[in-house]
Amino acid sequence: MSKLKVTTISDPDNDNTALSIDSSGNVTVSQGFVPSTQLSHRNLIINGAMQIDQRGTTTATTITGSFGNDRWFARESTGGTAQIQNSTDAPDGFTNSFKYIITSSADLSSDAGGLCYVDTPLEGNIISNLAFGTSSAKTVTLSFWVKSSLTGTFAGALGNERYTSTTRSYVFNYDISTANTWEYKTITISGDTTGTWNTNSSIGMSVLFSLGSGSNYEGTLNTWQSGHKIANSGAVRLIGTNSATWQITGVQLEVGSVATPFEHRSYGEELARCKRYYQQWGGNTGSERVMTGFYNSSNQLRICLPLHPNMRTTPSIGVSAHSHWKVEVSGSSSNTAHSLDQASPRVASINVTTNHTRSAGDCGQLIANDDGTNNSRLYLDAEL
Amino acid sequence: MIEMTITNAQYNATDGTNVSIDATIDGVEMSVPLCEGNRHYDEIMRQVDAGTLTIAEAE
Repeated sequence: MSKLKVTTISDPDNDNTALSIDSSGNVTVSQGFVPSTQLSHRNLIINGAMQIDQRGTTTATTITGSFGNDRWFARESTGGTAQIQNSTDAPDGFTNSFKYIITSSADLSSDAGGLCYVDTPLEGNIISNLAFGTSSAKTVTLSFWVKSSLTGTFAGALGNERYTSTTRSYVFNYDISTANTWEYKTITISGDTTGTWNTNSSIGMSVLFSLGSGSNYEGTLNTWQSGHKIANSGAVRLIGTNSATWQITGVQLEVGSVATPFEHRSYGEELARCKRYYQQWGGNTGSERVMTGFYNSSNQLRICLPLHPNMRTTPSIGVSAHSHWKVEVSGSSSNTAHSLDQASPRVASINVTTNHTRSAGDCGQLIANDDGTNNSRLYLDAEL
Repeated sequence: MIEMTITNAQYNATDGTNVSIDATIDGVEMSVPLCEGNRHYDEIMRQVDAGTLTIAEAE
């Protein structure tokens, strides 16, 4: 080990100052700077800081397989039960985390097909620069903050698909040494030179954190392998402990073998990225007015929603309950159906069936039928 | 692909042409486009091919 003390570094040919260091250690680069990895848009993960939560999961919600914080999916298919929550408990520099809570434990030692995990699916377009599946596959580094009521060696995995469609997997470990304390972890993974890795709008990669799996999904550690493997034998099974908790935030996946500081993006930019996969109306105070349309029959209003940004694919439509929405006419009304008419990634035409009778050609406006709990939600889903 | 619990699947038609599938998916009433790449449509068709789901004709 040696130390070099200098105030300037100049080029060897013309003696132009390329870099200077002041007495406080501040570095000024005076000439061109060419990094080996990109300076911005390094993080391939969307909503890695868990700030975006369009679905509103601040109250713990029991799940079997659901998205919580945008782009983050939780699965529990064991004999136990679990909840997820958008938590405001986070390490310094972050405001939110994704929390997984075991509400009824399960013993997976006799359940080979049991699965319990949190993952985020990445679109093929996002990971196309990784060149996975080719001889030029790039090394990537995953970094994240994690906290659990349990200690020990936990497992996670990268995969080229999700669930049973996965044909390539890489299982990794990370240790949690102190219970209920935020810890920072980094994992460096050589790119997969074989297998099929989509580079289009289909799923390109799943970044997964195992919270317990049966033996069917246990594989070999630290190597690319065939099949859907999410953990290694002996890794901590959170689902095995009643009331156990696990939280994560600050997730970053980037090219290279070094974990750089988390790339914070603006709330607006992150929200726009999330809306490529999920867009929602309602769920807030008051009766949100969504869109004006026309009656194409006596009890059916047709509205057209332009989609900003364009969604990943033609979306499905869902509602919290049909009766949570109404068409504004004189007197009260309540909707009985919301069906997709014509749709594309750019626009969604929706037929709304109401219990009011109007004349074809009349106008009407779709609004949240506020039930006092702000639960009136209408959403478009183009998730992977 | 993630497995889903799908019931009450029925085609929805506009002017006599099927345009979407109304179904209850994981307990939520949804309307799904006839579009490969949409995860709900892909799962509906997977279950139809597996013989575990039937889509009713449009009314």
